[in-house]
Amino acid sequence: MDVGQILHALLFDYTLRTVALGTAILGLVSGTLGAFALLRRQSLMGDAISHAALPGVVLAFMLTGLKGPLVLMTGAALAGIAGVLLVIAITTHTRLKQDTALGIILSVFFGFGLMLLTFLQQNPDARQAGLNHFLFGQAATLLAGDVAVMALFGSAALALTLLCWKEFKLLSFDRDFGASLGFPMRRLEVLITVLLVVAIVIGLQAVGVVLMSAMIVAPAAAARQWTDRLGVMVALSASFGALAGVAGTAISSLASGLSTGPVIVLCISAIAVFSLILAPNRGLLWAWLRQRQHRQTFATVNHP
Amino acid sequence: MSASLEIQMIAIVVAAACALPGVFLVLRSMAMMADAISHTVLLGIVLAFFLVQDLQSPWLLIGAAVVGVVTVSLVELLNRTRLVKQDAAIGLVFPALFSLAVILISRFARGVHLDVDAVLLGELAFAPFDRVTLFGLDLPHALVTMSVILALTVAFITLFYKELKLSTFDAGLAASLGFAPAVLHYGLMTLVSVTAVGAFDAVGVVLVVALMITPAAAAYLLTNNLRTMLFLSVGIAIASAIGGYWLARLLNANIAGAMATVTGFIFLGVFLLAPQRGMLAIAQRRRRQRMEFAQSMLAIHLLNHEGSPEALEESRVDHLHDHIRWQPKFAGQVVGYATRKGIVQPQGGALRLTDQGRRLAQEAMLQ
Repeated sequence: MDVGQILHALLFDYTLRTVALGTAILGLVSGTLGAFALLRRQSLMGDAISHAALPGVVLAFMLTGLKGPLVLMTGAALAGIAGVLLVIAITTHTRLKQDTALGIILSVFFGFGLMLLTFLQQNPDARQAGLNHFLFGQAATLLAGDVAVMALFGSAALALTLLCWKEFKLLSFDRDFGASLGFPMRRLEVLITVLLVVAIVIGLQAVGVVLMSAMIVAPAAAARQWTDRLGVMVALSASFGALAGVAGTAISSLASGLSTGPVIVLCISAIAVFSLILAPNRGLLWAWLRQRQHRQTFATVNHP
Repeated sequence: MSASLEIQMIAIVVAAACALPGVFLVLRSMAMMADAISHTVLLGIVLAFFLVQDLQSPWLLIGAAVVGVVTVSLVELLNRTRLVKQDAAIGLVFPALFSLAVILISRFARGVHLDVDAVLLGELAFAPFDRVTLFGLDLPHALVTMSVILALTVAFITLFYKELKLSTFDAGLAASLGFAPAVLHYGLMTLVSVTAVGAFDAVGVVLVVALMITPAAAAYLLTNNLRTMLFLSVGIAIASAIGGYWLARLLNANIAGAMATVTGFIFLGVFLLAPQRGMLAIAQRRRRQRMEFAQSMLAIHLLNHEGSPEALEESRVDHLHDHIRWQPKFAGQVVGYATRKGIVQPQGGALRLTDQGRRLAQEAMLQ
């Protein structure tokens, strides 16, 4: 299949178009909020949130008996927020470091979710079959309804981010200065974390809890290399995320045995590696060339 | 041995093998590195499997250990470029390697018993079906593998106890004394990788992380002594393993998930109730300090006005609200506390300092 055919399929094949739209939205939103998470050194919070969301999904189904995307995403979001609050409680009240708190929350919540999931599956009711998708993601099963909910949550998160742009910028770069100006920094922190939870929850069904953290970290890490301006960085990060979503969907449709989630993650990782090596100024290649040039200059000065 | 006993034995050995290196991971703030390693060992297993085409081969363990160390090196390499921070470096490396492994399995290793679900989640209930014969004894494969790994871990920690202790608490001093902290660091990381890969088949990646981090974190809240912490951590891990097994039996659910849940509850209990570092103890200490401080203020206030014409007015209980700006309820609590401690004596709606109270006020003002 050549590029033209792939593009044609992306635009006109109904299933593929739905999936690509879904993964593009997911990349856009997680790229945007991931950029702030990276700047605030909260990259691994995404990993903890996505694992912590699993019991929320299962409990939401157990309590309501429904498995519509809205119900499951709400459950996932609530559990994710509970996980974040516990991480914050552990780090502020004990001498445990943040990475330990993240490790505890992600493994315990995930294990708890897994126990609930297997407990649920012994019951012959077949309706819960779809819950498994949240583990590894099943982008191929995204329906128009799922994508609509993703778009709804995603645009709300993006709108709030734009609305609080100035405040989030302050929060990311100089929290204390912001506090001295009278901005409610604590509340802004809560807000930006809730938005991060929303971004993750949107992606769970497509990429799964295990790989969702890559969609938070990688686009932002790639975008950071190209610019020192927040606006440009967020825009780039969002575009990288969306690009990886669409490209991953297209590539995984080419052959059997290529699950969409891992392919998307490999696409975004490739973008990150490319950026780390080749981005102007910060890229490793240019740093290496500069160093070599310095060495030569130094040698000629010393031995004319 | 019955299957139930065998499963519990495997669980106990896995729990102990994870909890020991976990102590050093928690103390060195490397918990998330353990998470990363336990995911990427899958890639090592897959690559080694492609080479030897045998799922029982010890090469799989070696391949996994190599990839574990490669993961750590990649993270450190990325970190050292200073283009990304350490946490972002971890977040970049392990999903990429894990995705690669998942794709390799689903594309080239279909039909082989190498299932991503099983790797992540584990199914301890099936462990007794996979058996080996050793010295004429018919034993579960996982029990033998994990016992060997546990023995290795114990040997490593006993042999290098002093070095590990020093490099964990003061890496600079360890390096200046010539202890080569980098070698120990990579030794520890190799150990974590081997444990992760040994346990993956039986209990799954996520439980490995739960059993490494959570018991050690709980133990850290209970003691300041490294040796005690190691024993406590193993004890908590074993208790979670057995408790988790029975919880899973009760609910007919995944054993690894139930064990992670039990470690979580034990951690929660310690977090709330630990003698000195628990939330309850902290809250009690804060309340007591607040009361002690308020009591000193009350005593100073009374001493200030003692013997003056307005003494009777100033020492009335309901006047404290206006004078020291205490809420009436809080003022009541403080007066009650100070009375019990013998600092003041209520006398017809007013307060009178005792001798002890007068001394307290004078000392508090001197400080």
